[in-house]
Amino acid sequence: MSTEILMPALSPTMTEGNLSKWLIKKGDTVKAGDLIAEIETDKATMEVEAVDEGVVLDLLFKEGEANIPVNKAIAIIGDPNEKVEVKKEAPVEKVIEEKKIEKNIETKIETKKDNIIYTPSSKIEEDTNLSSEEITMRQALRDTMAEEMRKDNKVFILGEEVAEYQGAYKVTQGLLQEFGKERVLDTPISEHGFTGLAVGAAFKGLRPILEFMTFNFSMQAIDQIINSAAKTLYMSGGQINCPIVFRGPNGAAAQVAAQHSQDFSSWYSQVPGLKVIAPSTPYNAKGLLRSAISDPNPVIFLENEILYGLKGPVNNDINFSIPIGKANIEKEGKDLTIVTYSIMLQKSKEAALRLKEEYNLDIEIIDLQTLRPLDTETILNSVKKTNRLITVEESWPFGSVGSEIANIVQRDAFDYLDSPVIKVNSADVPMPYALSLEKLYLPQVDDIINAAKKVSYIK
Amino acid sequence: MQKLQKADYIKMYSFMLKIRRFEERAAQLYGMGKIGGFCHLYIGQEAVVVGILMTIDKNDSVVTTYRDHGHMIARGLDPKRIMAELTGREDGYSAGKGGSMHMFSKENNFYGGHGIVGAQVPIGTGIAFTHKYNGEKNICRTYIGDGAMNNGQVFEAFNLAALWKLPVLYIIENNKYGMGTSVDRAAAGLDLYKRGEAFGIPGEKVDGMNVFSVIEAADKAGKYVREGNGPYIIEVQTYRYRGHSMSDPAKYRTKEELDNYKQTDPIEIVKAEILKKKIATNDEIEKINKDTLEEIKNAAEFATNSPFPKDSELYTDVYL
Repeated sequence: MSTEILMPALSPTMTEGNLSKWLIKKGDTVKAGDLIAEIETDKATMEVEAVDEGVVLDLLFKEGEANIPVNKAIAIIGDPNEKVEVKKEAPVEKVIEEKKIEKNIETKIETKKDNIIYTPSSKIEEDTNLSSEEITMRQALRDTMAEEMRKDNKVFILGEEVAEYQGAYKVTQGLLQEFGKERVLDTPISEHGFTGLAVGAAFKGLRPILEFMTFNFSMQAIDQIINSAAKTLYMSGGQINCPIVFRGPNGAAAQVAAQHSQDFSSWYSQVPGLKVIAPSTPYNAKGLLRSAISDPNPVIFLENEILYGLKGPVNNDINFSIPIGKANIEKEGKDLTIVTYSIMLQKSKEAALRLKEEYNLDIEIIDLQTLRPLDTETILNSVKKTNRLITVEESWPFGSVGSEIANIVQRDAFDYLDSPVIKVNSADVPMPYALSLEKLYLPQVDDIINAAKKVSYIK
Repeated sequence: MQKLQKADYIKMYSFMLKIRRFEERAAQLYGMGKIGGFCHLYIGQEAVVVGILMTIDKNDSVVTTYRDHGHMIARGLDPKRIMAELTGREDGYSAGKGGSMHMFSKENNFYGGHGIVGAQVPIGTGIAFTHKYNGEKNICRTYIGDGAMNNGQVFEAFNLAALWKLPVLYIIENNKYGMGTSVDRAAAGLDLYKRGEAFGIPGEKVDGMNVFSVIEAADKAGKYVREGNGPYIIEVQTYRYRGHSMSDPAKYRTKEELDNYKQTDPIEIVKAEILKKKIATNDEIEKINKDTLEEIKNAAEFATNSPFPKDSELYTDVYL
């Protein structure tokens, strides 16, 4: 009788892991609770404990092997000496166990399908400075912060778990080691307090990068963001500016439910005095974060947890930046415009491919990159060309960024429209926990296709 | 601290009187409709800010609440431009865009003027963070009303200041009422200066009607903070003669209570001391009174004659 030890899912978004270290060897006896391996996840390196007991019969992966899928067997344990006893219990337990595993694999595969895969962009590939190596979004963000901290001693980072823990999502990995604890500060869990502190530091001339572990927690600090950071330049008659970047993951991750899955893009975009950025690729994350850190105003920088692992080429020039307030025409087309941002870019691109194949529609995709100030010129020019518009975003529908775009387009390009503007948003409910409902809640490729068909009057 | 010089007594008296005359004039202009919105007067509390003023370095920073006119005068700012902000004119310190509650002077290290109760406390802590980060010997004086002492972010700021040993001096101006609610109806535990104890922040209570007590406490606390020991709390017991704001008839307190405090009027205390020590004669004091009245009258005239901001100013200063 033997049992397989499977690669465990150690975070809500983990789909594969790296085997950093074995803590057992062939022939060892392990008991439940013994540490057996160190696994590097998308967020951290973690120790894994044994659940079953027995002698290690085989280790199926070597130390250092990477990208092992969740639920893949990594070791086999068994106990030849207690065959009879084990057999007695085993059948029942095994059936349950197998069922569980089967279901796990199913759901994991389903989640994987939703995983965002980088598709090359002709615009990015025009960049002659493009790296041959692809890096993840989290590396792109990290590198940019490090580069700016090297340039300017006034730039520092603070937030929960940014230093010793190396970032809750590993975005600040290595910064403490390079810049020390004076410039990379772990804060207590007190968003209201440390946000106000950072705003005060910015008033006095420092350039803080404040990481919210997720933007959901920025609600604790929203008074300081709106009433202090955004308004003081105006209230002081132009005397006191606030050069600060508020950054962190925004929107849904994976099954973390209502309080941890909210998209705040339209909330912040409503506020004069703030600039709001939502990158969609490692490439624009680098260029936009550099602009955000150099900007003399408060900038809300909305990242996306699912995108942290997205790999793509970047421009490694330490002065490369993408201007705030400029949208990117990700793909040119003539039949219909999709305006989108953040994680919905890749979904929109997938939809565009299918719309071409299935309905021969030539889609133009605009990636906003900056939500405030909004690049209305690029949107209007596109609509004047294609005469049809859908907006795709993860936020709730009421008063969303798409609502504002629809308003602008009906006002300034009314005569160019051949159909009403349609918005694709998340469902108008709090985020549910169940995987099936979560999927229903979020905009999917099919929703985008249906909207595109509707504005094109295709049945 | 060094012994107070004769000039110091005159300075204290002049500043306190200037604040009082300014506030009286502001009340008059408010009544005439020249000042709008919210307007919170500092009358009765003059000894607090003037006492602290005597112990500071000009490179120290300061941040306070919306009851800020007196703080700006004590900072040496021009009463003309303060009044012009109250009247919402282009010569005001915030070019007419801030008003009574939101006034700043970056060149004088005066960081407001904050309209949200408690919000200035983390901000002042962050300004202190900057002094430390830059290796400066300066401190940030952060004023807190008694009402804000029941606000959560204040304690978050205390924790951070103590944790990171930030050079911040917290001054609680306990004027006994948070709007219309007396301290004993709002705070469980009336010793507000002890509220830093859990974080290891020393605190002390001071008579805020007597400028000499304030100076003594501020000097000791300022030294402690400046030497890198972390934050310190002074709770100054004071009293506002007027209501919370101009629209407040202050019916939640008795006339006797008010009259009782007026017996220990902070300006009269300094005046008596000046006469007793023969630092100035009655005539000399009368001259100060007359000059102050004149200066504030001019400020009011300036503030009512300064032009309103240009319409084009509506869209400036949103972004730098």
